Amino acid sequence: MAMNSDLTGLTLAEARDALAKGETTSVELTEAYIAAVAAARPLNAFVTETPEKAIEMAKASDARRSAGTVGAMEGLPLGIKDLFCTKDVLSTASSHILDGFQPPYESTVTTNLWNAGAVMLGKLNMDEFAMGSSNETSYYGPVANPWRPEGDNRTFVPGGSSGGSASSVAAEIVVAATGTDTGGSIRQPASFTGIVGAKPTYGRCSRFGVVAFASSLDQAGPMTRTVRDAAIMMGSMVGFDPMDSTSVDMPVPDFESALTGDIRGLKIGIPAEYRIDGMPPEIEKLWQQGEAWLRDAGAEIVPISLPHTKYALPAYYIVAPAEASSNLARYDGMRFGLRVDGNDLTETYEKTRAEGFGAEVQRRIMIGTYVLSAGFYDAYYLKAQKVRTLIGQDFEQAFGQVDAILTPTAPSAAFAAGEKSGDPIAMYLNDVFTVPASMAGLPGMSVPAGLSDNGMPLGLQVLAPAFDEMTMFRVGGVLESAAAFSARPRKWWLA
Amino acid sequence: MSLDKDTVRRVARLARIEVAEDRLEALGQELNQIIGFVEQLDEVDTSSVAPMTSVAKQKLRWRADEVTSGGQAEKVTANAPASDMNFFVVPKVVE
Repeated sequence: MAMNSDLTGLTLAEARDALAKGETTSVELTEAYIAAVAAARPLNAFVTETPEKAIEMAKASDARRSAGTVGAMEGLPLGIKDLFCTKDVLSTASSHILDGFQPPYESTVTTNLWNAGAVMLGKLNMDEFAMGSSNETSYYGPVANPWRPEGDNRTFVPGGSSGGSASSVAAEIVVAATGTDTGGSIRQPASFTGIVGAKPTYGRCSRFGVVAFASSLDQAGPMTRTVRDAAIMMGSMVGFDPMDSTSVDMPVPDFESALTGDIRGLKIGIPAEYRIDGMPPEIEKLWQQGEAWLRDAGAEIVPISLPHTKYALPAYYIVAPAEASSNLARYDGMRFGLRVDGNDLTETYEKTRAEGFGAEVQRRIMIGTYVLSAGFYDAYYLKAQKVRTLIGQDFEQAFGQVDAILTPTAPSAAFAAGEKSGDPIAMYLNDVFTVPASMAGLPGMSVPAGLSDNGMPLGLQVLAPAFDEMTMFRVGGVLESAAAFSARPRKWWLA
Repeated sequence: MSLDKDTVRRVARLARIEVAEDRLEALGQELNQIIGFVEQLDEVDTSSVAPMTSVAKQKLRWRADEVTSGGQAEKVTANAPASDMNFFVVPKVVE
């Protein structure tokens, strides 16, 4: 029997193979992770731990394996972002307004994962309603990044909004986790915690049962230790679903088979507009290093232009709050969650929403309400949707010349808790490199590529044309091999 | 464009979020900072650009108009803060 720390040290692909060879069982693996989760509570990565359910699912998985039925994720224990509805298990979106909510149904993405044999360890903390870039807006408190600079005992943020997912994968207390990405919420936290985070093309993953933030942008994706793990897990998350009107009915390729290690002859675009003012030299250096790695692997580096890059973030901060204000209108205190009684119906609505939503969520609902209000719709929302067309055209033209695009994932490494929480715009700028692809619905992934001057992880982002996740994984795999990122956080929470 | 106190009060009312009178001014400043940021878009000439309506470039599917679910009133009301005999209990709306 293997030691517990050996088991939790395995990547998803390694654990899959160990299970297949009979070197361990799902119950053994799951027990090791349950212990690791309990020992890592100082990270505050979980909103709800479900150890009993995990053991039950692991036993069922081992029984299936004995009977000869083995799914692609058979027996692998996962963490699930609390934005996914899980049947009869508290699902909160890390908001007070969803107090006690136990959905009577299961999201399609988690259903797909359970059908592939995966095991649920629990529900992961996040920014409230996925609105944030540091996981500091959760009603359940901030999540800590497992990484800290050497000799620095302050808490650093894991990024957001999938901060609990990123933190738990980096801390090796789950094999992998689900995330969701609206403007960078998978890729930016992946960069901050030294893991892989991949967002498929809009429409690949069903949004059914995922608490809605901005419906034209929201996409689920895997957060994992390696590119191979992400390819395996994405394959089990995606697929056509009649329950989501924007789900695409397209064949799903075998993403893992994209990892050929061969990118000879591929054209990789380097967008000039991503070289922003005030970009830290360490980010610039890492980006050039990434370029060199891909060139050495036989790719051709092509300078490209995405002229409307600088307008993606302001357009996003019209479109996303507008859609959020509409989606979050359903939280009225009548059908589920929190109700705070007032003297009449309107006062009950107003008190419920004032107490149930945190400051950032209230801010975004009000921005959204304002930009959609009578007389302003054309000036803001319509204008932003026109700019969005231009951003999409920029990428279309670029992908006429290149096969994939390489950029930094985020403009900085993880920062200390509290450092940016007083300034919304400074916080929004975290997503400057991830938002453009979100606005165009394109697939993108962050691959850990190096360390900052103070020893914190940094990621590089690979973007690909719509529905060409295969090229994204192919390039991501080569980048990962070249970077050979092997640094791990010191497990200070075990002290 | 900038949001004065009255506009913030009106937006809060539309959004059904209670905001204390003494918070209106500070909240207005926060919102103005964001509105100022997004107004950079005014620099972009969009006079001959159509707005994006679907990122996935596909038509919405049709489906058969038929009953696919129902008869689950108990489940539907199970999470309600107040319910009675499978009905939602809400504050009095009609006098």
